Amino acid sequence: MKRRSLLAVGFAAVLAFGAAAPAARAANDKVVIGVMNDMSSVYSYLGGMGSVAAAKMAVHDFGGKVLGKPIEVIYADHQNKPDVGAAIAQKWFDQDGVDAIVDLPTSSVAIAVQQVAKERGKVTLISNGGSSELTGKYCSPTGVHWTYDTYALAHVTGKAIVQQGGKSWFFITADYAFGHQLRDDTSAVVKAAGGQVLGSVNVPLNNADFSSFLLQAQQSKAQVIGLANAGGDTVNSIKQAAEFGIVKGGQRLAGLLVFIADVNALGLQTAQGLMLTEAYYWDQNAQTRAFAKRFEAAYDGKVPTSGQAGVYGAVMHYLKAMAAAKTEDGVKVVAEMRKLPINDFMTHNGKVRIDGRVIRDMYLFQVKSPQESKYPYDYYKQLAVIPGDQAFRPLSESECPLVTH
Amino acid sequence: MNETATMRTARRFALLGAALVAPVAFYPIFLMKALCFALFAAAFNLLIGFAGLLSFGHAAFFGSASYVTAYAAKSWGVPPLLAILAGTVVAGIMGVVFGWLAIRRKGIYFAMVTLALSQMVYFYALESQYTGGEDGIQAVPRGDLLGLIDLNQPLVMYYFVLAICLLGFGVVYRAIHSPFGEVLKAIRDNEPRAISLGYHTDRYKLLAFTLSATLAGLAGATKALVFQLASLTDVTWQMSGDVVLMTLIGGLGTIWGPVVGAFISITMENYLAELGSWVTVIQGTIFVVCVLAFRRGVIGEVVHFVSRRQRKPQLVDEPGIHRAS
Repeated sequence: MKRRSLLAVGFAAVLAFGAAAPAARAANDKVVIGVMNDMSSVYSYLGGMGSVAAAKMAVHDFGGKVLGKPIEVIYADHQNKPDVGAAIAQKWFDQDGVDAIVDLPTSSVAIAVQQVAKERGKVTLISNGGSSELTGKYCSPTGVHWTYDTYALAHVTGKAIVQQGGKSWFFITADYAFGHQLRDDTSAVVKAAGGQVLGSVNVPLNNADFSSFLLQAQQSKAQVIGLANAGGDTVNSIKQAAEFGIVKGGQRLAGLLVFIADVNALGLQTAQGLMLTEAYYWDQNAQTRAFAKRFEAAYDGKVPTSGQAGVYGAVMHYLKAMAAAKTEDGVKVVAEMRKLPINDFMTHNGKVRIDGRVIRDMYLFQVKSPQESKYPYDYYKQLAVIPGDQAFRPLSESECPLVTH
Repeated sequence: MNETATMRTARRFALLGAALVAPVAFYPIFLMKALCFALFAAAFNLLIGFAGLLSFGHAAFFGSASYVTAYAAKSWGVPPLLAILAGTVVAGIMGVVFGWLAIRRKGIYFAMVTLALSQMVYFYALESQYTGGEDGIQAVPRGDLLGLIDLNQPLVMYYFVLAICLLGFGVVYRAIHSPFGEVLKAIRDNEPRAISLGYHTDRYKLLAFTLSATLAGLAGATKALVFQLASLTDVTWQMSGDVVLMTLIGGLGTIWGPVVGAFISITMENYLAELGSWVTVIQGTIFVVCVLAFRRGVIGEVVHFVSRRQRKPQLVDEPGIHRAS
């Protein structure tokens, strides 16, 4: 018995010693970039370790040093839980001396981490996160939203397809706030561009059987079927649309949130004819191909997704701005990022707006048929380029408190 | 005061001392999160460990309370204590309703009823305009305690959370060590006998369910202020699963088991995050090892070992494990 109370006291003593020991604080002798994303579940194929590889490539290309200090890249898996993401971010900033966090897919996590960073004057460079609220309601003076957002995907897809002749639309909508917003945004653009919306059907989230909804879409005789859903729902709806012969029957499918990794997973036989919007495709020109080739060498022969390419661009621009601003201070570095034009393999004369939104051209692609595809990952043909100032939400509509109307 | 009581008091003071100095050695945010989950697991354990009711929908109470607290603090600017109270009360009311429906069934059916009800809460949270859909409610202000103490200081917040959780643990402890707790154990071990002794077992079960839901709500409400956000993660069925896991790892039906289990689980979640894709694999392996090797959970095994050495087999309550007498 005595022994046990001794043990308890001993336990308290150990804790007290731990308290007396100087807390391990990271010395400010290096610049640390933390890649935080989903590494183990649904979104890992969009960013995952590929984003870490891209960040390391950027650091290497920059020369490995900035302001005379070495640059280190660390990473963590936020498991798509905002509290895990926020806790890691707080520890990174407070204890590990992290200067910027990059990637951040899953909008709830991205918003939470951006809030943590904002309070501490640290930088977030969001690439795979999509919510347009990141530069709206929840915008931050130290937050940069690099690659794309849901507003741009809806607007570019809606507008460009109407211009291509897809005048009448029918939506298959995931029945929750995100799906409704995608549908409403896209409908507004379709109507503004002179098209018409014939109907829409709400589908429960994580639905397995789309047959009745696809039949409604087929019977509507709409030229374009818009998929206002994401992830597994998008994949399932595209697969089942192929089984119903919807694309072969003359209707076109427009994915509002589809990436090259989804197309790769679906296969061209299933995904052919699908129209989608991305910020980057590896086979656009000599520069994009050169980047993809280097990325493949660095990351298991996989082509970069637009999110991973965005991580490279964001880290590079951040380091350039830091060198130009001659400080690690988050607010000043991001201010410098706004001043410098962005020019890299995927962005031409891009700029960071006051709300943190990066303005860049977006591209409408169509997935090739298996016959058209000549070599591995030869998946897309480019249908249209939408200039950045038309693709993203104009500042006049922004809810961001940093924007003065 | 006999020797055992002295020892117990000494141990309690040592633990309290450890809790008071812990934030100097460990990261306060991590400790606060672990405390919230420890309270959540303790509330859950009150139901499964002592009343023998396996609820698979406790995330509904945890998550709803966190949404209510976040909404009250953010949109109405309610002070933190009132916001937490609001969340806890809502969870308690939901507990009455869910419990009233669920206790009519037993075993797997009980679990399924709670799961179904909590899925309804999940879909409400997903679609409602008040919860912010998948963005959640973010940037919730922590505010000032009684208008005096600024809760934005991590250490201040830690002691605030510690106080709330100790209060919660105190309620659980009192409930278990009261005549009410004894009746619950009797119902768990042999319900027909408890009925034949004249107890209205449904009332006891409903009270236990409501108490458990309220405390789960208190944990969720506190967590919303710690992380300054409420999100869908808190209402998913995976969260209901996590709390089962924490309780099992720590030790079902022991007082400290859920607390230890929650600390183990949260430590894994946070410190393994930097291993990337290995997190889920490691978590799964540890869980399998726990279930295969220590069926009584960490604390359950310790207590069992100690009590066997002292030949005092009555020290631990072990539901589901046949006790040789």
